[in-house]
Amino acid sequence: MQSRGSILVMRLYLALFFTYLFVPLLIMALATFNSSKFPTVTPWLGTTTKWFDALFADTQMWSALKNSVITGLAVIALSVPIGVAAAILLNGLQARARSFLYAVMVSPLLTPGVIIGISTLIFWERLGVKGGLHLAVLGQSSFIIAYIMLMVLARLQRFDISLEEAALDLGASHMQAFRRILLPHLWPAIFSGAVLAFFQSFENYNTTLFTRGTDTTLTIYIASRVRTGLTPSVNALGLILIGITLAGAVVYELLRRREALREAEARRRAAGAAGALRRLAFEAG
Amino acid sequence: MAALTKRYGFAITSLLVALTAFWLLVLVVLPYFFMAEYSFHPNLPVPEIGGPKDHYTLVNYLSIFEGTDLANFEFPDDMRVFWRTIWSSALITVLCLAVCYPVAFYVAKIAKPQNAAFMLLLLIIPFWINEILRTFAWYIILALGGPLNTCLVWIGLLEKPVRYYGLGGVLLGMTYAFLLFMMFPLYNAIETLDRNQIEAARDLGAGPLRIHARIVIPHAKPGIAVGCIMVFVLAASSYIVPNVLGAPGSQFFTETIYQWFFEAQNWPRGAAYAFLLLGMCIVFILGMMRVFKVGLTDIAK
Repeated sequence: MQSRGSILVMRLYLALFFTYLFVPLLIMALATFNSSKFPTVTPWLGTTTKWFDALFADTQMWSALKNSVITGLAVIALSVPIGVAAAILLNGLQARARSFLYAVMVSPLLTPGVIIGISTLIFWERLGVKGGLHLAVLGQSSFIIAYIMLMVLARLQRFDISLEEAALDLGASHMQAFRRILLPHLWPAIFSGAVLAFFQSFENYNTTLFTRGTDTTLTIYIASRVRTGLTPSVNALGLILIGITLAGAVVYELLRRREALREAEARRRAAGAAGALRRLAFEAG
Repeated sequence: MAALTKRYGFAITSLLVALTAFWLLVLVVLPYFFMAEYSFHPNLPVPEIGGPKDHYTLVNYLSIFEGTDLANFEFPDDMRVFWRTIWSSALITVLCLAVCYPVAFYVAKIAKPQNAAFMLLLLIIPFWINEILRTFAWYIILALGGPLNTCLVWIGLLEKPVRYYGLGGVLLGMTYAFLLFMMFPLYNAIETLDRNQIEAARDLGAGPLRIHARIVIPHAKPGIAVGCIMVFVLAASSYIVPNVLGAPGSQFFTETIYQWFFEAQNWPRGAAYAFLLLGMCIVFILGMMRVFKVGLTDIAK
């Protein structure tokens, strides 16, 4: 549908673009194995894996990693219940209250991270709470909840409300209907929300920078190492993180696809059943 | 509300309301309110807080203009940093749009489906990698004895290595770091365009430029708006990129805010400046929403 020449130009541009996208990451990865003290690939002073050893021997790195994991788990514990509650609440409201509340709820997603950090810090400091991991958890959660809310909301919109009504009509208590009908429908969104929450928390820098007090998370540790005391052990850490990230992204993507497939399957089956019912009704009538 | 109670019962509804209220009040609204209130206080030593000198004042906001000399066209440092942050972020937004548009169009409309799926995967991978690591990669490339200088000197384009750290490095690094926040909204918007519209325009004699100007770009407007908002806000509020790839002359406003907080220990002024940054972002967001006629629901997608 397009002329040969313009397609060629486009392909060339695309090749350039993907080179631009990946070469920096490749250079960073390569620099891990250069024995030069400063991370670089020029000049190449010999191949080594000593920077991994240096990294694993670094106690600050381990404690920062521990802090990041604790923060991430705490963010999940706080954000997931609230995000689910907010989505259910929003889904049950009428048009006008709904759009107002929606705007308030997504506003943290558009707020610069540094400002979320600063406002959290000032607010809690005034109540007598000093900065630290706990404030980082509160600051990060304020926008991570919004992500979870959106994911759960999307899932809720495909919920068949008549299932719930049927349960209530058949004598289930509200709690039973909630736990046995609504929650199972929401599990996939809750699970992906929790994964996303951990990931967002783990890689957060801007909000953590202001709320952390004197505690150090892994991103803060990397940033401080880049500015002072930079050796290729930072590259080694980067390489490991990229590896974990890739594995995580692949698993996440696969789960999402499997879920999509399963849903398509369920819909097809439902359609088939409806068709069979209609045929039955037709034959009977 | 009545409908909710009927559907979920009193206990569950109360729990839903309580959790949501905790989020919106304690984690979102009250902190903003306190930050705003705080920014109108003078910076006082602890014993004098609440004393006679503690009254509302605009001094923290006015200080950004302090030392403006219009006659000699001289402006104070903080104000120059603020301007630099605005125009640099705008420039980064435009750069991202320019770099992404052809790729998004190619993947969405020209590539064969299986190639497109593969390219999307390639695009998602760097998207998942931390901003700090992506910035760090450029720190290595742009170093004085780094690969870029070495290559350029070797080819003969440069006689001796050049210092890249500074505004140039920051622009490069941010464009790289935030590129994909433009790519996905743009791709999603172009993807929904019916190919027949392009065919029809071509059959009627429109050239490629005309097709993009009259068909593709108008259709992609919501995507363009969302991408621009994301990139602008990310750039204006980035701390790590100017900190790692910058030089003293390329400071960003986030760095100024950080200095007022943790180096000068002047929290009220830091809060006021944070509010200025937030105000600038809100003006940009509302402006884009107005110009491109998109709503909040489009953005949250």
